[in-house]
Amino acid sequence: MGANVVDWMALLIVVIVLASAVAVLTVRNMVGAVAASSVVSLGVSVLFVLLHAPDVAMTEAAVGAGLSGVVLAVGLRKLGLWRLEDDKGTAHALVPTSQREDDTDA
Amino acid sequence: MIDLNFVTVLYVGAIGLLVIGAVGLVMCNNVFRMVLALVLAEAGVNLLLILAGYRGDAAAPILGFGPEGAQMVDPVPQVLVLTAIVIGVGVQALAVAVLVRVFHAYGTLDMRELKAHFEFELAAEKTTEPPRSTEEPAGGRPLSPVPPRPHPGEARS
Amino acid sequence: MRNLAAILFTGGLGFLLLVIASQLDFGHPPMVVGQEILDVAGDQVGAANIVTSVLLAYRGIDTLGELSILFAAATAAGLVLGHRHGDAPSDPEGGFILRAGADLLFPLLLVVGFYIILHGHLTPGGGFQGGVILAAAFFVGVLGRPAKGLNHDVISVIEGLAGAAFIGIGLWALFLEGEFLKPMLDKGTLGDLISAGTLPLLSLALGLKVGSELAGLMTSLSDTEAREP
Repeated sequence: MGANVVDWMALLIVVIVLASAVAVLTVRNMVGAVAASSVVSLGVSVLFVLLHAPDVAMTEAAVGAGLSGVVLAVGLRKLGLWRLEDDKGTAHALVPTSQREDDTDA
Repeated sequence: MIDLNFVTVLYVGAIGLLVIGAVGLVMCNNVFRMVLALVLAEAGVNLLLILAGYRGDAAAPILGFGPEGAQMVDPVPQVLVLTAIVIGVGVQALAVAVLVRVFHAYGTLDMRELKAHFEFELAAEKTTEPPRSTEEPAGGRPLSPVPPRPHPGEARS
Repeated sequence: MRNLAAILFTGGLGFLLLVIASQLDFGHPPMVVGQEILDVAGDQVGAANIVTSVLLAYRGIDTLGELSILFAAATAAGLVLGHRHGDAPSDPEGGFILRAGADLLFPLLLVVGFYIILHGHLTPGGGFQGGVILAAAFFVGVLGRPAKGLNHDVISVIEGLAGAAFIGIGLWALFLEGEFLKPMLDKGTLGDLISAGTLPLLSLALGLKVGSELAGLMTSLSDTEAREP
């Protein structure tokens, strides 16, 4: 009674989920950590499909991989940890906040 | 090849997610990463709940999907997890909002610096001395003592 | 020292969970309540999606509690974030791809959201999933053009009316049949769009409330000024 395709798929996705979970805590770039948490939610929603729970899988995909990622990313923007090119002219993704006083207003 | 058990693999995954989330909550210095660890722990718990209602070779609990008269998995944990996922995103949004206000008030997201700021302000409210002993703390000093908060406009030294 | 204590704590927690939860009979759940519900849900409620029938008919009051928790979280977040000063500079507009994509996606997301809400009792879906998609439909527009923003008054009115409609249907069932949130109206035939009594109406109220609430919450989060610390 060997393992069939579903078992190997579940093993692969569980490995991806656990690796991304470790990446959430260890990656230095905060945007990368938010992206890894979205990957974890997406993997968990695929596992829900394998567990015959389509309602929960749809909710987890919409909420975890979509809404939660957006809320955390917008929060990062307001915390100054993720700056875009238009903000005060610098294009670096991670400028520490203590250097914000160096910007001069036009 | 080794004999994989579907339920065991998922069980290890759920417990692993929960433990990684708990480790992150306890050991992270950045408060934002603590919120991310909370997200991980919630995902792990939801997976564990759905796994508890899983039944081998059964169909999804929707009439008309699987063959007629087939067994179906337990629908009650799925309803509970549906509610839990939506509540989780509400809690995350509120946590991010509180973090934004804390950052605007104190200028830092490091938990040790925030703790020092809080102790200073609490001691100032009670008009006592902030904790500043002359002896070394037991595990060594994690940071140099935080100076009082600068006025807006001054540079932080 | 602190790290060692933390590692010991989490190691102990992991071991405890592994040992205790492994006593559960995974793969053969006892299904004490679940089996009863699976046997009678098709005839009693008339919805093909048993999860939706449990969510709105058998455990409708839990859904009402969850709506109030979501409302409390959204209100508290709006309260914590505070008011935006009128003359604060708004965020820069998104690029061309974001603006054009938001304009194109808005009607599509609306259609998909309402489809998922209205077919909640037939296929996997329901109020929450469709509501989240509706919230995303409105928020993508705000991301593309932050200066325009959302009309917070209309959003509040929609949210209030949808929540009141949910409770109103429950009270109507209470006065007529004696049980709060008991499904009323004709059951119809299994598998039709108009079936399962008041379940589609409850799904619609749920979807509109969740969608408008989450859209308002995300807009208030993205509207806070990025003040210097």
